[in-house]
Amino acid sequence: MKVVVLGVGNLLMSDEGVGVHAVAALERDWVLPGEVRCVDGGTSTQELLGDLEDLDHLIVLDAVSSASAPGAMIRLEGAQVPQAFTTKFSPHQVGIADLLAMLTFTGHAPKRVLVLGVEPAVLKLGMELSEGVAARVPALCEQVVAELRQLGLSPTQRLSEVA
Amino acid sequence: MSKRITIDPITRIEGHLRIDCEVGADNKVSAAWASGTMWRGVEQILLGRDPRDAWAITQRFCGVCTTVHAIASVRAVENALDLGVPKNAQYIRNLMIAAHAVHDEIVHFYHLSALDWVDVTSALKADPVKASQLGESLSNWKGNGKNELIAVQVKLKNLVESGQLGIFTNGYWGHPAMKLPPEVNLLAVNHYLQALEYQRQANKIVSILGSKTPHIQNVAVGGVSNAIALNSQSVLTVERLLAIKEHIEAVKDFVNNVYLVDVAAVAAFYPEWTTIGKGVTNYLACPDFPLDEKGTQFETNGGHIANGDLATFKAITRFGDAYFKAGVTESVKHSWYQGGKGALHPYKGETNADYTDFQENGKYSWVKSPMFNGEPAQVGPLARVLMAVATKDEEILKHLTRLLGLVEAVGKIKVPLEGLHSTLGRHAARAVMCQRNVEILEKQWKLLIDNIAKGDVHTFEKPVFPKGEIEGFGFHEAPRGLLSHWIVIENGVIKNYQAVVPTTWNAAPRNEKDQPGPYEASLLGTPLADPDKPLEVLRTIHSFDPCLACAVHLVDVTQRPIVSVKAL
Repeated sequence: MKVVVLGVGNLLMSDEGVGVHAVAALERDWVLPGEVRCVDGGTSTQELLGDLEDLDHLIVLDAVSSASAPGAMIRLEGAQVPQAFTTKFSPHQVGIADLLAMLTFTGHAPKRVLVLGVEPAVLKLGMELSEGVAARVPALCEQVVAELRQLGLSPTQRLSEVA
Repeated sequence: MSKRITIDPITRIEGHLRIDCEVGADNKVSAAWASGTMWRGVEQILLGRDPRDAWAITQRFCGVCTTVHAIASVRAVENALDLGVPKNAQYIRNLMIAAHAVHDEIVHFYHLSALDWVDVTSALKADPVKASQLGESLSNWKGNGKNELIAVQVKLKNLVESGQLGIFTNGYWGHPAMKLPPEVNLLAVNHYLQALEYQRQANKIVSILGSKTPHIQNVAVGGVSNAIALNSQSVLTVERLLAIKEHIEAVKDFVNNVYLVDVAAVAAFYPEWTTIGKGVTNYLACPDFPLDEKGTQFETNGGHIANGDLATFKAITRFGDAYFKAGVTESVKHSWYQGGKGALHPYKGETNADYTDFQENGKYSWVKSPMFNGEPAQVGPLARVLMAVATKDEEILKHLTRLLGLVEAVGKIKVPLEGLHSTLGRHAARAVMCQRNVEILEKQWKLLIDNIAKGDVHTFEKPVFPKGEIEGFGFHEAPRGLLSHWIVIENGVIKNYQAVVPTTWNAAPRNEKDQPGPYEASLLGTPLADPDKPLEVLRTIHSFDPCLACAVHLVDVTQRPIVSVKAL
């Protein structure tokens, strides 16, 4: 089984970068099984093609605006994913939608795509997450872990090195 | 009756560019405005930070041009410190620069602009046997076989029948300005798909050296962090170096036998586009691929050419070049920033917003207007190729000669040098530079191997920051053209930072003297077959490879029609 957890977003625009922060936290706090690769996608498109070919599961972490309260967690799957792309909930979906379309046309599309998102609070110049959204990052990681367990994989929490 | 056309957004990548054209009764563009529709001021995030961290932050400016900002940033800090970097570090950086450029050039031609010339739906009418024969007559590429082309046609048919054109949704299919025969369209769609694989191979070189992409990890002020040990698994080993060599070979075959040939074929069927899209003919490029520690010898030449006259060529010769440093200013007279001080040098640059709405005689863009010696300048592969013509750089001229020969063989037309100042001239120059970049990859690979073989494994020179204020700039010939980062450091902390990016040069609004920028000037006189479907405007703007994402962020999430046409 091949799984990629892809964090996307712009690290320079506060909560816009929550997906990238989350994928870093996931790698830092969890020991992931060999089937799972974490990718910090930033705002890239074509450069990611190689990473996304022939996957069984693609889990995208992103800031998703859906008119919910800031910090709200959003989960999109199946038909909702392309639908989300056409209605452009997230700023990166243009790029990700193009990538998925290319992968589909070349016959390398992921078998399943899942989007896990957090509603952003602050979208202005800055490298820190807002307090409310930063507090949701561990929960977002746990959500990824729960999804991986559903697939029969066994991530384990990394032991804290602080005594 | 004249008409006003607005195209917004115009880039196929994450850009935010609006083009307004006035079209006269003769259906030709009579005036044009290029407007960056998003605020550009991300440099402010760098103020007060450690200059050694700037490269990692600047490569988040843009999702397309990550590596180039990392390179320009470390060069700027090294210039401020007058710090040379070890030869191995230059070679490793050069390999990443060239590989990134090849990746980007392939993506630009096939995935971001070929569909301006290629009618995907027409490919369905092609005879795959004839298409295969045609392909095999043009080059000995292994991927033009009949069976391959039949398979592509089936895929395409399924796509069209599904009603979901996916990647091909926004094309102007069946537009009267589309002229390629069905067989050429089929070959082009086939190569579009193959290009996905080869851009990936080029990018793989970046990721082997840079530890990962899209954001490389191995750059440092003072060199690179790659440890070289030929017998270790964790660092740059013989095995990894050989893997790089294999990727270079594969990509070379594609660029040589497919990319360059396809650009020639497009030019052969659209010869009028070697006379359209000229615009600003002042050209600016910097030298790149440094071969020594301090950046005084280079693989490619840079300089300035005024009014398209090669006799005016004046060279930019080294990192920290005084002529280049003195020549650059930025005007905000027509940009949404507070001004009134005239055009400012980047060290003195200010980025304070002053939004006014779109005022065609006043301020109308978030893009500043850079000038060289007080005049607008065009940057990009065409500028580099013209520098090569001016300096008789045979390593580049031989590819240009081959490309023009292919155009003549296919189209029975002779394109003069003057034809390079055009929309297709920019595409041709990009293909020529891509071919050159592949050869530079080969050469830098060998330089690195030979230097290591001599026993030199040095990759890093530790930077030391003095008390007081220092300033420096770094330039880099990015795929879209000349990129420069300018930094002022006080007591080891960033005091000012300005990035003058290629798209800023080319997408510039009118400047201090109200002269139009390169995009704007290039559209004047362009004939439109159907002003409601301004494909011709896209052709010329896309030929510059626009990337407005640099230092801007976040797209507009509301869906709007992309083109609006108003009668005046």
